[in-house]
Amino acid sequence: MSAKDSSFVSMLITLVVVTGVAALSLGFVFKFTEEPIAAAKAAKQMRAIQGVVGDYDNDPLAESFIICKEGELFQKCETGDKTSLTFYPASIQSELSATGIQTYSEKGYSGRIEIIVGVDQEGVIKNIEVVSHAETPGLGSKMSSPKFKDQFIGWKLEDQPIKVKKDGGKVDAISGATISSRAFSDAVQLALEAYNQSEQ
Amino acid sequence: MSKDISIKDNLTKGFFRENPVFVLLLGLCPTLGVTTSAINGLGMGLATMFVLILSNVVISLVRNLIPKKVRIPSFIVIIASFVTIVDLLMAAYLPGLHEALGLFIPLIVVNCIVLGRAEAFASKNPIGHSAIDGLGMGIGFTFALVLLGGIREILGNYSIFGFKFMEADGILMFILAPGAFLVLGFIIGFFEWRKLKKA
Repeated sequence: MSAKDSSFVSMLITLVVVTGVAALSLGFVFKFTEEPIAAAKAAKQMRAIQGVVGDYDNDPLAESFIICKEGELFQKCETGDKTSLTFYPASIQSELSATGIQTYSEKGYSGRIEIIVGVDQEGVIKNIEVVSHAETPGLGSKMSSPKFKDQFIGWKLEDQPIKVKKDGGKVDAISGATISSRAFSDAVQLALEAYNQSEQ
Repeated sequence: MSKDISIKDNLTKGFFRENPVFVLLLGLCPTLGVTTSAINGLGMGLATMFVLILSNVVISLVRNLIPKKVRIPSFIVIIASFVTIVDLLMAAYLPGLHEALGLFIPLIVVNCIVLGRAEAFASKNPIGHSAIDGLGMGIGFTFALVLLGGIREILGNYSIFGFKFMEADGILMFILAPGAFLVLGFIIGFFEWRKLKKA
């Protein structure tokens, strides 16, 4: 098959050339796709925010700020990490109409889930969008379906802690995916707590 | 391998006679993993086909320049480069599908079909034949994934290609891993039965 002998020099040259060409072409494709990938990510984020806050005429992405939890207190902070929340304020004619809160839970069946909770000025939930999760397809992934997430609409923190029925709350869990439902409720609860505290 | 393999034969062998999944039993990890719906199977199949064709062509092109002892590392670098390119392109232009297939795209690198075809076919045959071999095997793999994904979606979610034909929850087991093994087992059984009948 191969016409060439496997001498040390020929092997060396071949591998250097092959890896060099591969690196060059990958670098080119990376540069080429860098912008569209960032744009696709931003567009997805924007869609999620639009889905939960309703109408606005400002730029929630530009006005966003980060809230960190220190002990029991939620405070504004400069740089976010894995435990911080991001607030996206939406306003109509400079008057705050709703806030999109990007929140998370590490208690998902397959790790971290991230959702955006939209609340009005009184802290009542308007809508929820799922940003990312790795839950089981057909089970936990149903957290994105209206059937599950729409039950949260209209709830606020004072009503009761957001928990699944098994834990003494009012949330109807997805059948077969109590852990995912619990993580989702957990993330919503965190968002509402952060919102109520930052209001005071 | 003889030089006068007909194009038609070369193209269609991946479909039934040498179907990579059902007969050669190659690349089963992504097969079982991604086929929770027909559309996921189709996306994964097409991505693999793209890599198969390109890597077959390039490997066939350089087959006489690469010393025998370093051919496997060279092939893997070529294949890995194409997989990364597919990964980046999908993330840029098909973000929805990219999210669904997620982890499995980088795994095309270690899919035995791709290296298998490179080693068994492309490194011994001219470019034209190798491209058609890649296309044929890619179609066979896509066919297998869509069939498996379609059956699992119909039984597990009562829908096909995302269209729900019955308002109910479906038989959950077929969406989960055991369903994948079960359906695959039955299909392989069918292929073996066909082979026996012919013999």
